[in-house]
Amino acid sequence: MTTNRIMNHPVLGKLENRKTVTFTFDGQTFEGFEGDTIASALLANGIRQLRVHEETGAPRAIYCNIGHCFECRVTVNETDTVRACMTPIQNDLKVESGKMQPAPFNTSPENWPRTYAEYEERNKANKDGDSNV
Amino acid sequence: MFDVVIIGAGPAGLSAAIACRESNLDVLVIDEFTQPGGRLLGQLHQEPTGEWWNGIKETQILLDKANALNTNIKCGISCHHIEKIDEGYIVHTNDGLLKTKKLLIASGAAETAVPIPGWTLPGVMSIGAAQVMTNVHRVEVGKKGIVVGVNVLSAAIARELQIAGIDLHSMALPVSNPVTKDHAHPGKVMDGLVRIAHLAPSAFLRFGSKFAQNAKVRELAVKFYPKGGVKMWGMPIHIRKAISQINGTDKVESVTMVDVTPEGKIIPGTEEIIKVDFVCIAGGLYPLSELASVVGCPFRYIEELGGHVPVHNEQMETPLDGLYVAGNITGIESAKVARAQGTVAGYAIAEQQDKVEKAKEEVKAIREAASIQFHPQIKAGRAKIHRAFQEYA
Ligand SMILES: Cc1cc2nc3c(=O)[nH]c(=O)nc-3n(C[C@H](O)[C@H](O)[C@H](O)COP(=O)(O)OP(=O)(O)OC[C@H]3O[C@@H](n4cnc5c(N)ncnc54)[C@H](O)[C@@H]3O)c2cc1C
Ligand code: FES
Repeated sequence: MTTNRIMNHPVLGKLENRKTVTFTFDGQTFEGFEGDTIASALLANGIRQLRVHEETGAPRAIYCNIGHCFECRVTVNETDTVRACMTPIQNDLKVESGKMQPAPFNTSPENWPRTYAEYEERNKANKDGDSNV
Repeated sequence: MFDVVIIGAGPAGLSAAIACRESNLDVLVIDEFTQPGGRLLGQLHQEPTGEWWNGIKETQILLDKANALNTNIKCGISCHHIEKIDEGYIVHTNDGLLKTKKLLIASGAAETAVPIPGWTLPGVMSIGAAQVMTNVHRVEVGKKGIVVGVNVLSAAIARELQIAGIDLHSMALPVSNPVTKDHAHPGKVMDGLVRIAHLAPSAFLRFGSKFAQNAKVRELAVKFYPKGGVKMWGMPIHIRKAISQINGTDKVESVTMVDVTPEGKIIPGTEEIIKVDFVCIAGGLYPLSELASVVGCPFRYIEELGGHVPVHNEQMETPLDGLYVAGNITGIESAKVARAQGTVAGYAIAEQQDKVEKAKEEVKAIREAASIQFHPQIKAGRAKIHRAFQEYA
């Protein structure tokens, strides 16, 4: 697991006493360190590819690694479109790569909501509870 | 109902929280990353004095102060929408809604994308992605790579990769296309390059300072730029070579490098294949300001500040009652400036006017002394945005 780790760094020092965490990616078990994101733990194990493009099947991996580009989207414990670069690994986390979809973008732009208010209006039914208000 | 919610736990958000907690305000800081610190976490460079700027240590200093004041910081929380209400703001997050009297947006900066053919292959990433993998997660991004895009940030991070023991072939420009624009223009890149000369060890320093002053001489430097590049820390920096294509089937296998004219046009017949397993693309930074826009804050486009910035005054107030901004959302500058701006915003939120004045002076002093400067005309840019605020007073 430590093959792609920078264990000794001349300025930042040694990586010591890191707790190991176990998770799965597409059914295979991997180990990472506590504090890893899904993306960093997988890359430490030599895995770059996180998904394929929904329509073309072209391979994709992280691009920005800080949550801005959504290129790293994976499915985590059955929830899709989760950013691998922003999500910490935990024991027994079940991660699946993004797959090709039969007709992913089969909607016409004329039907898209134009404002966030319009989007909310349409999705009222599936809105989460207002827990903190 | 919080007194203040702070979006972003980077240097700006954390120092603002500390200033607010000193006045005992009810503060909540949220950040979507797994740990606080923002882009400060990944930073590691040597100051001209020889001292190391270690972002992890600097973050810890801020966190110790924040914790001593019992500051509530929640990570893993993303804000995706903000509503203005009579009493303040409602912040929409993946963890529900947060109601607050005042709101500080300190969301930092993002990297400009510089698309070149092949850039979606696994193994291609932004230069900032490599910084975070290397210094925060301590994972090698690859065995041998190349940096596409020559600017202040990419030079600093290329050095960080080297320090971590990662092999870089060189730094070169992206191929010229309608999107890469100035990043692919050797003359424009040269202008930026001379501003970082002071951060490099002697050979490059001598080279850089020779050309720094005079535009005509700089033009000549571009024209007669050495074929083998100019070496910085032993690694060639090319401004007359560009990457025209990233090659590979399922992942990066190589890049195609070409010679370019002083205007950035490809010189035919100069193609060269270079084997690499990763590529870092560097297009510079712009303020990450969508959230301010969503809530209805007016904006100006100010090139010196890095793009579209929310209108604000010197004490970080926007024209919207109770809405503040601080750090790189207000313009691209170093972490030290962001941290000092956060203090200004925090005291302004806590209505500690005498402390605000002192903190404002501090920002100016730090800006004067900055060793990394992303834009030479930063002060002119600041003056423009502060003038814009007057229109709303
Ligand atoms: C990739 C990258 C690398 C950089 N490297 C350097 C460097 O080496 N040296 C240097 O001097 N400067 C560097 N900078 C500039 C950097 O922006 C400043 O140094 C400084 O970190 C800015 O501080 P800040 O507090 O404004 O923002 P940041 O440090 O960027 O912090 C902003 C925080 O806000 C959070 N956030 C953003 N949007 C949301 C949201 N919607 N919901 C919840 N949380 C959110 C982010 O997760 C982040 O933690 C870099 C910038 C980037 C983008
Ligand atoms: S890599 Fe860009 S969001 Fe994760």
